[in-house]
Formats: sequence, C-alpha cells, structure tokens
Amino acid sequence: MSAQPSTSSSPAVDVSGVSFVYGDKPALDEVSFQVAPAVLFGLLGPNGGGKTTLFKLLSTLLPLQQGTIRLLGRDVHRQPAAVRRLIGVTFQAPSLDRKLSVFENLACHARLYGLTGHSLTSRVTELLDRLGLSERSGDKVESLSGGLARRVEIAKGLLHSPRLLLLDEPSTGLDPGARLDLWRYLSSLRDESGVTVIVTTHLMEEAERCDDLALLDRGRIVARGSPAELRRSLGGDCLTIRGPQPESLAADISSRFGVAVRQVGEDLRIDAQTDHSLLGRVLDAFGPRIEAVSLARPTLEDVFVERTGHRFWND
Amino acid sequence: MSVPALSAPPHPSATSRDNRETDGDDPGTPLVSWSAVRALAGRELVRFFRQRSRLIGAVAQPVLFWILFGAGLHGSFTPPDWAPAGLSYQRYFFPGVAVMIVLFTAIFATISVIEDRREGFLQGVLVAPVSRLSIVLGKVLGGAAIAWLQAGLFLALAPTQGMPLSFPGIVWVLLFLALLSIGLTSLGFLLAWRLDSTQGFHAIMSVFLFPMWLLSGAFFPPAESGWLAWIMRLNPLTYGVAGLRRLLYLPETLPVTAGLPAWGVCLAVTLAFTVVCVVLAAWQARQRTAADAR
Repeated sequence: MSAQPSTSSSPAVDVSGVSFVYGDKPALDEVSFQVAPAVLFGLLGPNGGGKTTLFKLLSTLLPLQQGTIRLLGRDVHRQPAAVRRLIGVTFQAPSLDRKLSVFENLACHARLYGLTGHSLTSRVTELLDRLGLSERSGDKVESLSGGLARRVEIAKGLLHSPRLLLLDEPSTGLDPGARLDLWRYLSSLRDESGVTVIVTTHLMEEAERCDDLALLDRGRIVARGSPAELRRSLGGDCLTIRGPQPESLAADISSRFGVAVRQVGEDLRIDAQTDHSLLGRVLDAFGPRIEAVSLARPTLEDVFVERTGHRFWND
Repeated sequence: MSVPALSAPPHPSATSRDNRETDGDDPGTPLVSWSAVRALAGRELVRFFRQRSRLIGAVAQPVLFWILFGAGLHGSFTPPDWAPAGLSYQRYFFPGVAVMIVLFTAIFATISVIEDRREGFLQGVLVAPVSRLSIVLGKVLGGAAIAWLQAGLFLALAPTQGMPLSFPGIVWVLLFLALLSIGLTSLGFLLAWRLDSTQGFHAIMSVFLFPMWLLSGAFFPPAESGWLAWIMRLNPLTYGVAGLRRLLYLPETLPVTAGLPAWGVCLAVTLAFTVVCVVLAAWQARQRTAADAR
C-alpha cells in the first residue's frame, strides 16, 4: 500500500469504523468521521466518553484494534513513522522533563524530529518568542506555573511545523487570558499556514470556537457539524421548566398542550420552540407548580442532551 | 500574533521513504536515528549531574562497602587457590566494588524509565518519528556513560591498592567496563520498561540484581564445586567480575580454574550478555501495546 500525499480535496483526518476496548471495557464503538484540511475541529464529550482514547489512537500512541485511521493520506497503522513526522501532539498529561530548562526540553524534543544546529536554535527561539516564554527560557520546568508549563507543551508540539496538530484538552491549567491567546494562535495557524487542528474538550465554550465538531458520548459519535448547524438542528429554542414534582408536571403539560416534554435530571425540556407564546401559556396554566422557567437559544449542551437523553455532566 | 511559514519536515529522505511499500511496521524510520540517541543520552547526563544525591548514592555506598568490608573481613578472608601471594580482602573486593558501582548506577539510570512513563515524558518520545531502538539506545547509552564514568573514577584508586596499570591495561579496563555498563544498563531497561512503579523495581533489585552481584565472585570467591558453584557459573556477571579482575591484576596472570574463567571466555560471555540484553530491550520496546499509553 503506498501513501497518497494529501491534496486539498482529500480529508486531513479519515477515521473509519474504529472500535477500541480496554480488556473487556469498551471505549470506542464503530467511530467514523472525516475532517477537512485547514479546519479547527473539536471532539466534544464528557470525561470518560472516549475522547482521550480516540486522541491516543490518532497520535499513534495506542495501536489500532479495529478500523482504520488515515491522517493526511497516511495510514496510522501501516505508516506510523510517516504520520509522526507530519503531526504535532500535545498531551493532556504533562510531558516535559521537570529537571531540564524550558530551552533544554524544547531542544531535546526538536532533535527527536531531526532538527539540529542553527535551525534548531532559531526554531526554538522563534517559538519561545511567539508563546511569550523567552524570558523563562533558562528556567527549569519545575519552577514554572501550570499555565506556563502548558505553553511549553504547546510549543513542543509545534517545533517541527506539523501540518496536523492534535491537542488533548489544551486549555487545562490556562488562565482565561492565556486560553484566549491559545485559541487565537490556533486560529492563525489554520488561517495562515493551513494547519488542521484537532482539539478534544469537555468545555462548551471551547467547542463553540471550533469550525466543526463531533460530539462523543460513551464511545460513539452522537452528533456532527459546525456549532451553528448543531444548534439549528434542534429546530428552535429550548424551554426549560423546573418544579418540585417534575413527573406529574411533565405529563400534565404534555396532555394540555400536545408537546413532547422530556425530563432531563430535575428539569423538564421542551425543544424546538418556534412559537414563544407557549412560555406564557404554561405559566398561566401551571404557575403555582413551577419554580423556574427559561426560554433560551439552544446550546451545544442542549444538542448533547437531545441526542443522548442524558445530561452532559452526570452527577 | 504571526505564524511561522510551514516548512517541510526536516527529513531530507522523508518523501522517498514514504513511497516505499510498507508491511505493517515502521518502514519510514531509519533503524537508528543518532540525533535522537544523542538527545536522549545527553538528557540522562544533564539530569544526572543536576541530582547530586544520585551521584552520592551510586558511588558512596560501594566505596563505603569496600572500606568497611575490606577492614571487617580482612582477618577472616582465605584467599582462593588461584590468588597471587598475599592477596588482601580489600584488593580482592576491588573489582567487585567497581562492578557494583556499574550495577547501582545502571539501576538508578533505568529507574528513570518508570519515572519518564509516569511523568509523561515518555509519551512525547513515543509519538516522535524515531525508532524504538533509538529510544532504547539513547536511554541505555546515557545511563551506561554515567555508570562507566563513575566506575572509571573509582578504578583510578587501583594503583593505591598495588594494582599498577599500564597504558594498554587502562584502555582494556575502560573498554571492558564500557561493555559491562551497556550490558547492565540494558538489563535494567529490560526490567524497568513494563513496570509502573519504582517500588516494583526495588523488589526486583533486591531479589534479582543484588543476588546476581553477590553471586558473581565480586564479594566472595566463587565456589569450585557444589550447587553454589553452578549458580555462579551460570551467572553472566561472574564473567564480568572475573574479566575485570584479570585486567586489574595484570601483569600477574592468574591460572584458569572453575571459579575463575579464562580471559577469552570472560570477554566472550560479557559481549554476548551485552548484545542479548540490548537486543531484548529493543525488542521489548518495539511491542506497541496499550500499556504504552498509560
């Protein structure tokens, strides 16, 4: 099997029929999706949903059990070395040597990617500068704050100018300002260098920044599309009602107004509301039995709830 | 914020390799990437010199053993038949202490494999486009260099113990020591790779590595017959200690006995032991399993 160099028409990421089990514990079940080149793609899901397993398969850390993954036209299973040269990986867990300085860490990693001499020094210096780390270059990693160490991790993944960047929960430990900088930087990598960026996240506000999303729950992809498309797929706004006796209230609202009422945890939800008068009518009819009511544009969390029937955060 | 222009990956031969037929393994990676080996070995050295406690642990304990046991067992030591006249225990123990320094340093160096895995450093290395053999060699050569350096420093004391080394003698000692360092560090790597806790390694150290040293003729002369003699004869480290002893006792040539193999045998066994350990360590590291992603 020979490698096809990826062109603009072929997907940057092509995952097909991937399943994975740890012992007898399934982590991924027949996952398939494609990501177009130069896209900021988000894998959104609750912790334990299979994001990190999928990430480890994409980054060639875990061997595939079933299915195929092609990154930039190269098969992860057959050509791991070719794939590894083209991808940059930032793990969720720290991967720096705490006893070495920032510069030493980056230089060591750069040599693994074949950079040497002047090109190594200038590339490391450039990234230190870009990520605002120049002043800490000589400091040992163990003396850095969590946010700064995170930035070094990200710099590490960018050293060899990868065409595909994989980041597992990249904002972990970053303060809001640094988080904003990171997302700006990822967007500029996409826009100016055509880098495809794959990010896993469990944060809705991060998912909102992606061009394209896959919602992952219990090892399956439950929704695909841009954040706007996903929200639109609910067909309208979302009416959320809270009361002390949700079961009976749900039955009564449903029979009175002929709408589908779903109970999600303590809340009752009526999706796809285009006619906003229902809010007033429900309040008029059941006011005393209602503690709170809200009408809101659907969020990604609403999409998740609608597709899975359970809340994003399972308490 | 501006973005660097994307340059081609810095591997001149990448494109030609990518078009090769592949057969399910890492065909695009050169067997050994020396730049990666240097980077990983260099990291070991930098780390070592920053951790003074390791330096003290790996040298001070054997030296202390040597001084204390040398003084304590001086009276009760019966030199073996092959021994040159008037062999003191301190002088007998000397090559054994050098091997102990190598062993201890190799252990400390390879324990870091477990730490690298736990602290996450290893996973960054595992997804880099370098062969597993490069990773093994980087780790092993770095650890072996530290072991070699420390044992070499200790051996500088040889002339004070009535072991005057000639120039070719020194070269042979250093070469043999290097071989032994690489072999024992690979053995440590082999044992450490699959472990997830340093406590596990300490257990292996006390039930396997330390007895291996104890029964190598380092601490007491090998038995000439009986079950102990057999264990010592099967212990590859016996040949390492005997080889070093023969080199250090030059120009005296010791007789060949059951407990003291000939120099050629010592060299051959030590070389074979080293090659086997390196190959096994590399083979083991090539097995890509879910455990890598721990």
